[in-house]
Amino acid sequence: MAEELLNTNTPEVVEHKKDKRHMGLTASRTISNTVIYFILVIMTVVWLVPFIFLVLQSFRVESTGMVGYIIPEQWGFNNYVNLFTNTKFPKWFMNTFIIALATAALQTIIVLCMSYTLSRLRFGGRKFLMNFMLVLGMFPGMLTMIILYRVLADLHMTQQNSIPGLILVYAASSGMGYYVSKGFFDTLPKSLDEAARVDGANRAQVLLKVILPLSKPIVIYTLLTAFMGPWGDFAFASYIAFNNSNGMNVAVGLNSLISTPASIGKNYTMFCAGGVVVAIPITVLFLFLQKYYVEGVTGGAVKG
Amino acid sequence: MKKYSSLEYLRLTKIQRFFYKIACFFVGIPQFFKKIGLAIVKFAKKFGIGVKDEFKDLVMTFVNGDYKTRISYAIMGFGSFTRKQYGRGILFFLFEAIFIVYMALAGGYWISMLPSLGKIGPHQEYDPIWDVWVPAYGDNSFKILLYSVLTIFFIVAFIYTWRLNIKQNRISEEIIGSMPKRCLEKEKKQKIVELKKNNPDLSTEELSQKTKEIEDEYNQKIEEVPSKPLKSTKDDVMSLIDNEFHKTLLALPVTGILIFTVMPIIFMILVAFTNYSGQANGYTNHLFHWVGMDNFNTVLVWSNSGGASFSATFGEVLAWTLMWAFFATFSNYFLGMIVAMIINKKGIKLKKWWRTVLVLTIAIPQFISLLYVNKMFSYTGVINGVITNLGGTPVHFMDDYAEPWVSRLTVILVNIWIGIPYLMLIATGILMNIPADLYESAQIDGANVFQQYMKITLPYMLFVTGPYLLTSFTGNMNNFNVIFLLTGGAPTMINTPPNAASVGSTDLLITWLFKITTTAGSKYYLASVIGILVFLVVAIISIIVYNIIPSNKNEEDFQ
Repeated sequence: MAEELLNTNTPEVVEHKKDKRHMGLTASRTISNTVIYFILVIMTVVWLVPFIFLVLQSFRVESTGMVGYIIPEQWGFNNYVNLFTNTKFPKWFMNTFIIALATAALQTIIVLCMSYTLSRLRFGGRKFLMNFMLVLGMFPGMLTMIILYRVLADLHMTQQNSIPGLILVYAASSGMGYYVSKGFFDTLPKSLDEAARVDGANRAQVLLKVILPLSKPIVIYTLLTAFMGPWGDFAFASYIAFNNSNGMNVAVGLNSLISTPASIGKNYTMFCAGGVVVAIPITVLFLFLQKYYVEGVTGGAVKG
Repeated sequence: MKKYSSLEYLRLTKIQRFFYKIACFFVGIPQFFKKIGLAIVKFAKKFGIGVKDEFKDLVMTFVNGDYKTRISYAIMGFGSFTRKQYGRGILFFLFEAIFIVYMALAGGYWISMLPSLGKIGPHQEYDPIWDVWVPAYGDNSFKILLYSVLTIFFIVAFIYTWRLNIKQNRISEEIIGSMPKRCLEKEKKQKIVELKKNNPDLSTEELSQKTKEIEDEYNQKIEEVPSKPLKSTKDDVMSLIDNEFHKTLLALPVTGILIFTVMPIIFMILVAFTNYSGQANGYTNHLFHWVGMDNFNTVLVWSNSGGASFSATFGEVLAWTLMWAFFATFSNYFLGMIVAMIINKKGIKLKKWWRTVLVLTIAIPQFISLLYVNKMFSYTGVINGVITNLGGTPVHFMDDYAEPWVSRLTVILVNIWIGIPYLMLIATGILMNIPADLYESAQIDGANVFQQYMKITLPYMLFVTGPYLLTSFTGNMNNFNVIFLLTGGAPTMINTPPNAASVGSTDLLITWLFKITTTAGSKYYLASVIGILVFLVVAIISIIVYNIIPSNKNEEDFQ
């Protein structure tokens, strides 16, 4: 084996071999890259096509039901006009917007309080509290809905007044979702706190003047996820609104447009238009803050 | 079984290693349960000792305390108030006053009604003025159960506060030194008495001299007892933003969790032992009452009434729920990882664009994409339109005429479409953290792409994302949105009992629970039994997995 190698390793052969190897690598890389590009293009199509269909169908004028083709024969804004004038969509949109804003504010405060405390302060019962919340989290949240509905109904916070009720439901137990931001606070060096304490700051000052200015990414991540949550929630929102069209959020409202076969024929394109109207602001906001979202998601998965 | 050292293990052949691992797993199971049992015993022991210590402390504080402390046993906050800790004293006293007034006016009534959950149901009452029968409301079982739970919460809080109040007195007395002084004084007297008793033959002179010695010794000690001033109310308030800052921060979140999660869960656990439903809501309809384990029997025990058994339906739904959670989690996990890897691959251009396309689909609220995809797959939808144009016959994908397995497969496929972008994001972040030199040295050693994946990428990913896999598995078990908005459980199962609320083949336990509570009859008691069983399944899986995954054992090593 070794002799063979010796024999063949004359300069020309080596040069030739190098060339061949080089050529082979490039060729195989080109092929594999082509395959990958092909897969990626197909994926792009598969992932984007439903949304493109959604937009196209929202502009269809000639029929309002479901059809077997995609590109409208007649284009127009009729569905959007109908959506805003003939349904309670503006009300649903405002409901959801108010709920999302209030939830984002409250939930961010609650989650940050919880995660900061668990991450950077040491006190008796800390481990117990964490284990307790872990166990609580194993109960399906849906279970609490029955009683919460009855209690909120007694407080007149359901049906047409569902906004305060839903805000309470979303924000109140959000403290249990502290994991991602605790992971963030865990990574800030402890010496920051110690230095501030040596300089005579009390713990509240440490939080407000030292840690909070460094926490911009996690604050934005929490705000973003808390704001986006109410737009997609279906179970609680439909339970609390209880078929009252004034108290629905966009998910429940748009679903009510197409809940029966008869109404699909009438409202299908309107539903598509509604989907587009809801998706655009959320998507724009999301793309602007994408960086923070990605950081949060990645960190959260690693920390568990 | 013999446990091999790592050197012995390396000497085994591949097949031997495989069997060795399996054997280890099965040998580990009894040990695992033994560990759990030991932990419970240890906890019970610790708990018993804790309770004993508490009682001992209560008695000792009463014996050694001054009159202020002793009065505090009956009137909370008396000690704190008379020691000039006005803020604490007033708070303790107010709490006690509110508690007594509440228990007298309402709490006692609710607790007394708890065993029966109400005696007088809704009925008709004769109105002599208008000469008609009008509906009258009797006891409200729902309110009785709810307020009883709240009252029990309150009683527990009161006992805790009462104990705190007594502890506070002891600590105060220790700080100002009155209690240690009193203890020493007692000890001194006892010593003198003992001295007299033990040496009856001593002369008076000797006795008085020895007594004096003891007295001097103890007086010295008593004088040395430190006496510090107590914290004022102002100090207490200031400590809330300093040493006790956690109390300030946790007040709001913990209150929210207690009221909106803990209380409802306890309530619903209790409901599982009643017959609370839409037909017996305790106010407009009949009262409801305790039924013991009946509901658990309905769900868990096989009974063949009218050709359909609730427990068989439950078993089928549970099996599908677990299967769904498994496929949904791992299909997304591996495919998402592969997508992340091919986008990450050297030489692929427009990396940012491919990622943005996928991330875009996260941004669009899920209910829009789910409802839209649902319509795309419907019998008259776009997909079937394409199939007909190509000359095929339309397929029932996810409606009531669909084959159960077609529907289930479609749901899993659509879930891949939804889940890959998240997993791609997570995997991208982690893959970039794997040191590149690992791959380089593997290449030099002649490992091909597949080997590199199996030996480097996969172990690293599994290690880092172990906890995430667990949470996403349990999250998928409770994935309400995807199932409910996509199929609504369709196709409906045939041969189900009438109280199963037309459960479908793609229904998870969680969507089934929702259906049971929202369809006619609203059998809340069945829903809460199912909820409790979901909890048990999740808890058991979590305990087992937590003990298996490596990331949990040596958490710190890889940070």
